[in-house]
Amino acid sequence: MNLALRDIRYHRGRFILTSIGLGLLLGVVMSMGGIYRGLFADALAVLNSTKADLWVVQQDTNGPFAENSRIPEDIRYRIAAVPGVAAAAPLSFETLQIDRQGKPFRFFLIGYDLNGFGGPPAIIAGRSIRQKHYEMVVAKAMKMALGEKIHLGLHDYTVVGITGKIVSASGDPAAYVSLADAQEIQFQKDNDAIRNDRERIGANLSEIQILTPAQAGYLKQNVASIAETTHIVNTVVARLAPGADLGEVQERIGRWNHFRAISSDEQATILTMGMIQKAKMQLGLFRIILLVISAVIISLIIYTSTLDKIRVIATLKLIGSQNRVIVGMILQQSLLMGVIAYAVGWILISLTYEHFPRRIVLEPFDLQALFVIVIAICTISSLVGIRKALKVEPAEALGG
Amino acid sequence: MYAIEVERLTKIYGKGETAVTALSDATFQVRPGELVAILGPSGSGKTTLLTAIGLINEPTHGRLAIGGATIADEGWLRGLDLKKIRRERLGFIFQSHNLIPFLTAQENVMVALEINEVGRAEAKKRAGELLTALNLGHRLHNYPSALSGGECQRVAIARAIANRPQVILADEPTAALDTENGKNVMGLLKKLAVENHSAILVVTHDHRMVEGFDRIFQVSDGRIVGETGNAGSA
Repeated sequence: MNLALRDIRYHRGRFILTSIGLGLLLGVVMSMGGIYRGLFADALAVLNSTKADLWVVQQDTNGPFAENSRIPEDIRYRIAAVPGVAAAAPLSFETLQIDRQGKPFRFFLIGYDLNGFGGPPAIIAGRSIRQKHYEMVVAKAMKMALGEKIHLGLHDYTVVGITGKIVSASGDPAAYVSLADAQEIQFQKDNDAIRNDRERIGANLSEIQILTPAQAGYLKQNVASIAETTHIVNTVVARLAPGADLGEVQERIGRWNHFRAISSDEQATILTMGMIQKAKMQLGLFRIILLVISAVIISLIIYTSTLDKIRVIATLKLIGSQNRVIVGMILQQSLLMGVIAYAVGWILISLTYEHFPRRIVLEPFDLQALFVIVIAICTISSLVGIRKALKVEPAEALGG
Repeated sequence: MYAIEVERLTKIYGKGETAVTALSDATFQVRPGELVAILGPSGSGKTTLLTAIGLINEPTHGRLAIGGATIADEGWLRGLDLKKIRRERLGFIFQSHNLIPFLTAQENVMVALEINEVGRAEAKKRAGELLTALNLGHRLHNYPSALSGGECQRVAIARAIANRPQVILADEPTAALDTENGKNVMGLLKKLAVENHSAILVVTHDHRMVEGFDRIFQVSDGRIVGETGNAGSA
């Protein structure tokens, strides 16, 4: 006869409620693991969707995701000409926060060459950008409808397509516009700033005595046009030809002044190790704390449940029950509680993970590892109750 | 052959100046089928004697034999499996029935059988038969909380006799019952002693129930101070 199951059957209300409570806690542990994996997935989403082998960025910087990188757009042609490079495409990245329907609305704007690569990976509704200006494709997470307009910089942009789950390393949903639009949004100065810059350049040039007014005027025009240019990008990405040596191409570009070539793997390391390391540690710590709390709760529940059964245990011992019967009763209850709580947590997280504001990635390995940990915790937690039970004297069954 | 043999059985708690003699030189025998009472006030040593015979409390001195086999002689004999002896040869009835609250009446009897390696189907059959014989056939699937005090004590008796033990030890079995239920339980114990040929030793201070016993030992200050009844030796 399985005494553990009989006890659970009799106290099913209490047992189910306890297991649900514990299940909620385990659900949070699972979600923490999912958030951790989601951070990785988010951090690498743009990187992976671009499918580039090399990221050419400003010298002494860690690339467009980690810090500010500005390089001239036309470097793409020089990169494309490097032996081993099959294609090169400029990309622009910017995190924007605007007011939308009276609420702050944050997203990650990606500008790409419509004839190059690095654009939205898959269109799930509408179409991709066909016009050079004022069209955009947004991630589904932006919750914008096709045809909806949004004001960015100096112009209104119309949503023409919806793409899947593409977010920035910080979890902001991505929006795609043409490179020219992105450059204008990011680098176009307003009219007052342009006027001020021109005046300042003019004033500085007028102090140079050796220049004639005509020369100064010509110089002013050229300097201003350089200062006002928007033909700047954050990175140029490159895909290598089949059989090309990545290290060789990287080294060749690295020898140029003012540029750094980062491989896709290095970029992934910068993103994961640098940008989400603290978040990883934080989440890991939370998971450990929650697991310790779960262990303490299970121990307390099993211990108090054992205390409730002291007379039962004493009676069983008195009528000659083997210790394994008593140990089995406590251990099985503890394990069953863990299994039910795990199932509750898993069902809960499976039903809700898509509604979390940040991406939750439930990896089978993580879930299996957590199951093993829960079983280990239940086994260890039951030891407290088992120790108490084994100390019970049969004589305690006697008396009133 | 005696079911219980107790010879100069002594139990001393503590050592040196703090030593307390709870039981001193108890000597008696109980035959199979006999219903014997140990009568005495609280603290007289009744329960100490019961726990020593029940193999729960190791006697300090003296000899104890169950069913002719010596169990203790100046302490437990080495190599004995006391739990096995308890479950095979002894049955216990408690003051407050001590039924397992999360088992039905039938399961409470079955548990004693299954602990003694009786198969599940056989245990279920025997438990059902026993309870039916004790007029509890309609209560097989009820939990103890749904049974009256008298019914609970009858289930406890069924559990105690389930393995057909040579000795049944009862600790104040009527203390929690009214007079009528108490007399019913005593009548049942008497019947079982005769039918099953078991020696039944009842510890009680309930003078209302002394009528049905074959012999009564009076215990005071840890000593057997008197014996009344039809036969026996002290």
